[in-house]
Amino acid sequence: MIFESLAEKLQKSLNKLKGKGKLSEKDVKQVMREVKLALLEADVNFKVVKKFVNSVKERAVGHEVMESLTPGQQVIKIVNDELTKLMGEEQKKIEFAPQPPTIIMMCGLQGAGKTTTSGKLGILLKKKGKSPLLVACDIYRPAAIKQLEVVGEKADIPVFSMGDKQNPVNIAKASIEHAKKNGYDVVILDTAGRLHIDEELMDELENIKSEVNPKEILLVVDAMTGQDAVTVAESFNDKLGIDGVVLTKLDGDARGGAALSIRAVTDKPIKFVGMGEKLDQLEPFYPDRMASRILGMGDVLTLIEKAQANIDAKKAMEFEKKLKTQQFTFDDFLEQLQQMKNMGPLDQILEMIPGIGSKQLKKLKVDEKELVKIEAIIQSMTKEERQNPSIINGSRRKRIARGSGTNIQDVNRLLKQFKETKKMMKKMTNMEKAMKKGKFKFPFFR
Amino acid sequence: MFKKLFGKKNNSENNNQQTQQIEKENNTTESEENKKEGFFSRLKKGLSKTRKGITEKVDVILKSYKKIDEELFEELEEVLITADVGVNTTMRIIEDVKDKVKERKITEVEEIRELLKEELKEILTEVDENISLNIEPSPAIVLVVGVNGVGKTTTIGKLAYRLKNEGKKVLIAAGDTFRAAAIEQLTEWSNRAGVDIIAHQEGADPAAVIYDGIQAAKARKSDVLICDTAGRLHNKKNLMNELNKIFRIVEREYPEATKEVLLVVDATTGQNAVLQAKTFKEACDISGIVLTKLDGTAKGGVVLAVQSELKVPVKLVGVGEKIYDLQDFDPDNFVEAIFSE
Ligand SMILES: Nc1nc2c(ncn2[C@@H]2O[C@H](COP(=O)(O)OP(=O)(O)OP(=O)(O)O)[C@@H](O)[C@H]2O)c(=O)[nH]1
Ligand SMILES: [Mg+2]
Repeated sequence: MIFESLAEKLQKSLNKLKGKGKLSEKDVKQVMREVKLALLEADVNFKVVKKFVNSVKERAVGHEVMESLTPGQQVIKIVNDELTKLMGEEQKKIEFAPQPPTIIMMCGLQGAGKTTTSGKLGILLKKKGKSPLLVACDIYRPAAIKQLEVVGEKADIPVFSMGDKQNPVNIAKASIEHAKKNGYDVVILDTAGRLHIDEELMDELENIKSEVNPKEILLVVDAMTGQDAVTVAESFNDKLGIDGVVLTKLDGDARGGAALSIRAVTDKPIKFVGMGEKLDQLEPFYPDRMASRILGMGDVLTLIEKAQANIDAKKAMEFEKKLKTQQFTFDDFLEQLQQMKNMGPLDQILEMIPGIGSKQLKKLKVDEKELVKIEAIIQSMTKEERQNPSIINGSRRKRIARGSGTNIQDVNRLLKQFKETKKMMKKMTNMEKAMKKGKFKFPFFR
Repeated sequence: MFKKLFGKKNNSENNNQQTQQIEKENNTTESEENKKEGFFSRLKKGLSKTRKGITEKVDVILKSYKKIDEELFEELEEVLITADVGVNTTMRIIEDVKDKVKERKITEVEEIRELLKEELKEILTEVDENISLNIEPSPAIVLVVGVNGVGKTTTIGKLAYRLKNEGKKVLIAAGDTFRAAAIEQLTEWSNRAGVDIIAHQEGADPAAVIYDGIQAAKARKSDVLICDTAGRLHNKKNLMNELNKIFRIVEREYPEATKEVLLVVDATTGQNAVLQAKTFKEACDISGIVLTKLDGTAKGGVVLAVQSELKVPVKLVGVGEKIYDLQDFDPDNFVEAIFSE
């Protein structure tokens, strides 16, 4: 059970809301309970989850959702909107000091990834035309200095170190002098990992801060961190007043709920994410991506947004009904097709649907040209033919093919597909099954 | 806006008055102590930390309830989830406690504490009563694996030191040839522990290092060979295959050795640790867990989930960065810590 992915779980709970038309408070409550569990499984802090779920519940119950025709999707959207809002909406960058050098202090727990991140950050800034200096302030961990030196060598960035006999505060101070003298405009201080409750070492950071006055104090946090992320982030922030967070090891498969927790308690932006052990694998942070990662919904959210903007929900509902009752005609199909075209390139849309891998995508074999063809064929049908395809006999097929500039095989194929779809629809007891199999409302493309 | 929505201390709707009082007390002692500096104040702070530890969260909760009801269970659920036990395991535990309450017709709130403890300990010891390191008889090989930065190398240093003090002939092999200065780091630990080390250059084939380690252990008649490996995220197929290759070399080249494969888990890790354990188990059949960084504030409750899902016992715990900061896992202490503030 525990290995069931969050995405599946959430999908399940949200599917419960689909196609129901109207939402009762009880429905929302039920779904939000499962959302809550899912967020907890993603390691979002307990208290944060509680607050979050309550605020979303308030928004979801009521008109917005109750009157919507695709309530499940609407709830996903609300959950995601709120999550994104909490993650910080826009992307935040590194601030540079008006008077160089810009001093960046890295801090965090042991093993979070400070040293690697320091090197990565150096590379990133170098690409921006800066001339960074790495400073080895970790005098405690065996071979920590050596590690930074190796990283510096690989990144082709100079490393300032004074061995492990000097006090880190002095090392930091001396490095700034060194930077000024030698024209480095960014100084990255790699400090030792420490526990947030280690007062002596926390004081050390505070002392470095007051001596060199860093422009940026970045807290480095492992994306796999659990409930304690809140305590850690709060402690570092209270002591130092951090300016931002770097979330590391996001190339793993942790949901990264810690990101949300940290945002919620510190209100400080996540500025970068670490995406691998290689030194060029540091990326800017995108709040919306993180939100959907924590939610586990992939790009389905993008799809919802597009669909929401382009598809009249009521019409979609009618289609569903028609499909179910077998009244679906070529007219309806044409309309659906045109709406889909408004949504953008089809393969892009299909790619966004979770569960449809590139393998399945190939099986779907939908290309844009095909769509144009289908459209032309339908347009060459008479009104009667569109309403009642069973009357389309051999001569009619010939005429349609000629009219649409296609050949008879194309027409036959479409007719066959149409028939099969209707048959398939008959087998389905409800639309939810269709969503599960096809993952989408348009059953034609399979 | 965040503070308003999610405010920390002022939003303690589920904390009862007693906990709030404790928080307040701690705050005053802290700010008073901040004025003075030096050794004694630090000592006092240390003591106040322990005092805080004695205040049991669960006791506070239990004291505030007169009868056993759903709300009480919800608060206990919160304690477990906050300790990273995870939703599924937490629900399972609470259900079991509820069942026992019914079965034994328990009405006293006080007794819940014992039930809960019993339940947690059952999970921790259900695999095996004997959860000590499996290194007898000699020769033995200990393979240490885990994701990046959890404390593998440090644990090896501590373990080597400890086994040496127990009179064993210990050899370590520097199987992390990937991370910058990993070999130097382990070499420093081997010096501190006073044991020999087999190492190649950075970038060398880790399997070859382990192979050499095994040959050296045989030649030198070592009691225990401890092998470091590079940290790797379990979702990286190629790295897990590499680990599997190392594991197979151990099986092939050292069949006579007693085997222990230790997965190192950082106590601050959340639910991902379950996936880690699962994947590492597939790749190299882990037989025990080392839970590190328990000297922090994280409880490491996820090992309960690992235990109940995968039946791999915790054997050792790391409680600091010093060479002697390694302890045998003690289920009683662990459970007490989960219950404490
Ligand atoms: N506080 C505390 N720190 C620890 C503990 N164990 C290890 N550390 C620290 O955690 C950091 C990472 O430890 P390492 O031993 O290098 O971890 P690793 O798993 O070998 O790391 P990689 O080889 O880089 O994957 C170091 O700073 C250690 O000092 C512990 O029990 N408590
Ligand atoms: Mg290591």
